[in-house]
Amino acid sequence: MRVFWPVTVAAAMLVGLLAYGVVSKGTDTSLDDAVAKGKRPQAPVAALPTLGADGDASLADHKGKVVVLNFWASWCEPCREEVPLLQKTHQTISAKGGIVLGVDTQDASNKAAAFLQGLNATFPSLRDRDRDYGRRFGVNAYPETFLIDRKGRIAAVRRLPVTQEWLDQHLPKLLAEQA
Amino acid sequence: MRLAALGIALILAVAAAPQASLPDIEDEVMCVECGTVLSVSNSPVAQQERQFIREQIVAGRNKEQIKAALVDEYGDEVIASPKTPWLWLVPVVVAIAAAIGIGFAIRRWRGRTPPEEPELPPPLSAEDARRLDAELSR
Repeated sequence: MRVFWPVTVAAAMLVGLLAYGVVSKGTDTSLDDAVAKGKRPQAPVAALPTLGADGDASLADHKGKVVVLNFWASWCEPCREEVPLLQKTHQTISAKGGIVLGVDTQDASNKAAAFLQGLNATFPSLRDRDRDYGRRFGVNAYPETFLIDRKGRIAAVRRLPVTQEWLDQHLPKLLAEQA
Repeated sequence: MRLAALGIALILAVAAAPQASLPDIEDEVMCVECGTVLSVSNSPVAQQERQFIREQIVAGRNKEQIKAALVDEYGDEVIASPKTPWLWLVPVVVAIAAAIGIGFAIRRWRGRTPPEEPELPPPLSAEDARRLDAELSR
């Protein structure tokens, strides 16, 4: 009986350490849960360097527009595959008060610029070099896309490559809303 | 004479400068997406990081300059050191506490008093001893 408690405490501490390791690597799904319930949480904003240009820019610069916010990287093959659709969407919604805004993440800037150029993509992109901004959206894989309404709120989340169906499901409704 | 001295000084300076190499750098750098040291990762982003390092080496940069360039491109987390310096204390403290607990338990276990020996029967009387000897001598 005298041995029981010290051994138990030691074992409990080791289990606690393992649990801490697992929990600290967990994914935050609060944003997805809120959007799934029909809520529109305010989108995080941050001034980030502009890819291929001097100075910083932010999602806040596009308030009043519907923003297709796409997190990508040049080393991400699924990102490459969805760029043509994003570019087509950018051209389609530009005249309707919409924009595709890329967020290039954990990527070499010269490779990122060449990536967009090679795919004839003209939508603007910001640089989130250490994924600090992406983490605020719960980004943990690429590509991920968020639809931001005219009031700067997150209206839809896509944790996979975008599809025409998904865009068609959400974009017309958002574009029809008033700022 | 001055020219020769200058040449020797230049050669010594070049020899003294640490020569950057991929194996030397990639075990001090993280694969930013995989969370492992670059030297053990072969993911697409790790390959891009290696390519970036190679380009920097070709451009004549030394190890510290290359690491600084990596931070410029990929952020502070690309350097293989903990973001919160005290975090390494957590497993150490837990391991020490666990070791103390186990040691304490073993010490207590060993320090237990052995079970008491059974009481000896009372010594034989003179008559009984004589009878026992007689029986045994048969």
